[in-house]
Amino acid sequence: MEVSSLPISASHRGKLISAGYTSLSSLSSLSPSRLAQDLKISENEAVGILKVASGRSGLDKIENGSHAIVNGAQTAWDMLHEEEYSACISTSCSDLDEILGGGIHCREVTEIGGVPGIGKTQLGIQLAVNAQIPADYGGLGGKAVYIDTEGSFMVERVSQIAEACAQDLLEYDSLMRRDSQACHVDKQSKSFLDNIFYFRICTYTEQIAVINYLEKFILEHKDVKVVIIDSITFHFRQDFEDMALRTRLLSGMALKLMKLAKKFNLAVVLLNQVTTKYLEGSFQLTLALGDSWAHAATNRIILYWNGNERYAYIDKSPSLPSASAPYAVTSRGIMLNSQSPFIVSSAYFVVFFYPVNQPRKHNRHKKGQ
Amino acid sequence: MANKLICEMGLPKSTANVFSARNIITAKDALSLSEFELMELLDVGLEEVMMAVGHISEIACPPYQTALSLLEQRNHNEYLAGHLPTRLKGLDAALCGGIPFGVVTELVGPAGIGKTQFCLKLALLASLPTSHGGLGGRVIYIDVESKFSSRRMIEMGLSSFPEIFNMEGMAQEMAGRILVLQPASLSEFTESLQKIKISLLQHDVKLVIIDSMTALASGEYSQGPPRLGWHISFIKSLAEFCRIPIVVTNQVRSQVRDEASRYVFQGQSRSDTVEDPSKFDYHLVAALGIHWAHAVSIRLVLESRSGQRLIKITKSSISPTVAFSFRINASGILLLNNEGEEMTGPEANTIHCQDHSGIINYDREALQ
Repeated sequence: MEVSSLPISASHRGKLISAGYTSLSSLSSLSPSRLAQDLKISENEAVGILKVASGRSGLDKIENGSHAIVNGAQTAWDMLHEEEYSACISTSCSDLDEILGGGIHCREVTEIGGVPGIGKTQLGIQLAVNAQIPADYGGLGGKAVYIDTEGSFMVERVSQIAEACAQDLLEYDSLMRRDSQACHVDKQSKSFLDNIFYFRICTYTEQIAVINYLEKFILEHKDVKVVIIDSITFHFRQDFEDMALRTRLLSGMALKLMKLAKKFNLAVVLLNQVTTKYLEGSFQLTLALGDSWAHAATNRIILYWNGNERYAYIDKSPSLPSASAPYAVTSRGIMLNSQSPFIVSSAYFVVFFYPVNQPRKHNRHKKGQ
Repeated sequence: MANKLICEMGLPKSTANVFSARNIITAKDALSLSEFELMELLDVGLEEVMMAVGHISEIACPPYQTALSLLEQRNHNEYLAGHLPTRLKGLDAALCGGIPFGVVTELVGPAGIGKTQFCLKLALLASLPTSHGGLGGRVIYIDVESKFSSRRMIEMGLSSFPEIFNMEGMAQEMAGRILVLQPASLSEFTESLQKIKISLLQHDVKLVIIDSMTALASGEYSQGPPRLGWHISFIKSLAEFCRIPIVVTNQVRSQVRDEASRYVFQGQSRSDTVEDPSKFDYHLVAALGIHWAHAVSIRLVLESRSGQRLIKITKSSISPTVAFSFRINASGILLLNNEGEEMTGPEANTIHCQDHSGIINYDREALQ
């Protein structure tokens, strides 16, 4: 391994190389004071460099013990156990939960996209409320962070959904013949609202800042189980000329979110808009932000109209088969679509009738005057 | 807060100096670079960079609010809990009180359906004194298509609020509160928007109406989709930071079946799509495309179907998709019944236009 790959400052790197330390092995049997002397730096700095170097070379070493062949690695068996314990946040629509394998998974980044008015924000709000369902009722009893970049968060709507959810909990109580333990609808829905932390983001810089800050924020406010970004796209779609910068910032953000999801065992939900793309002689709808962004999220769910009904389609997932399921948006939030039988098909077509701006050749409606 | 200065963030002096020496002045400059790029540029260790980036992020990040505090704030501080009532009972109930403050509401519909009538009425309502249920403020009316008619507005006022408008001087006062701008081009419009921004707060403006957005966009560009990116975010932020409702109208255009009116999601095979002969007719779509549609928070569609005019809510995060039939008389738009008809599926998304005379129409049923 080369010294140039070490995460140390440029001047230190330069000094190391000019003093002849080019490979990591040349650093392995060196005392800090010797290094300090050679490089003409303080001993503290030398200790820092050696620490970084030994941390790196640990990757190549083979240690004893069955688990730690490589530092920081996990066996697939351990991961299986962890996945079994990883919780889900229900979407409130049992069909949708079924194709998702229980709901939106914690420890994963899920991207949800769809045409305007299909219910992206609704689903986001529903998840923010559902993440708080107490453990007694089969929920996670967590809190939610809602990052609003578009200004589409309607607090009246949140209170509607929270109230409906609190009522459902009460109903569940009476079904189970349990004493209604302090589960007053009003109080419960208030606490739902109180546990949604809302950030209003107005520029892409703020968006990056809030994602950097989230780690600290979640440490301070424990039990955050879901982070919703509505939408990841908005600021990156307007006035962005430097596409290379955009791609870099977006992929950096995706990595940080992934890390966050793993570290705090929470679900990250990114809402995305759709755009049209000219492909093979026809216009097609696709989620915004382009092809390199498409790799960023672990799961991708597309919401679309299929005739009378709203459908959700799993476009990408490492563990779930592609399938689609209907859902409904009602005044009580996201719900099972009770009108239609449950249909799961692995090759469902997603067909859209949606306008795109094109040269205005047709003005038929005006001729009717 | 993107342009906050790094030197004022309370970083350790040595770090702050390094940042300014490398010409990284604002949070935006710093956060557009990755940690490793910063290390390279600033020539400091990883730990120090991480610490600095963490600190800058924390300060550049706007403070959070809980949804509860947001709700209480709305209910306490704002008149009518942040809504401009339309005085159409059913519609107000469906919208939880009326046109909400702080977001963009769009009216879509074919020509002659009553979009401008609706706008005129809203302008009037916002200028009414608070004692009569209005907002008691000024209205900025951006009239792109030169359709604003003061006479019609006063007629509406006289027939719907005779007690106010028959008072001497009141009509003058009401009409005096409505400022009409008639920009001729997109650039002129942009200019006036920027001027408005400053005057909004100073002059107690309670409503902004843009009639219509489409004429602006399409007047300028004969080819290709109009680039409205900047305007979209500007109008949205204007609504939000001044906490006023912004109402925008949008025209429709027709689309023929074979003219790529059918879009499939990328990756799905096109040949598999089932041909549906019933979709071969013309149908109407909102003129501004999908990018714009993402930006509006509430979309109201005005359409006519079998001789009946309908107003329906097709996009809203608070209301179900309901339609109300209406007619237009001297006092403006009147709902025929206050109980809306709930709509699902394609009904909810299509825009019907049936000529009122019944001679020429594009309605499918009538053609067959």
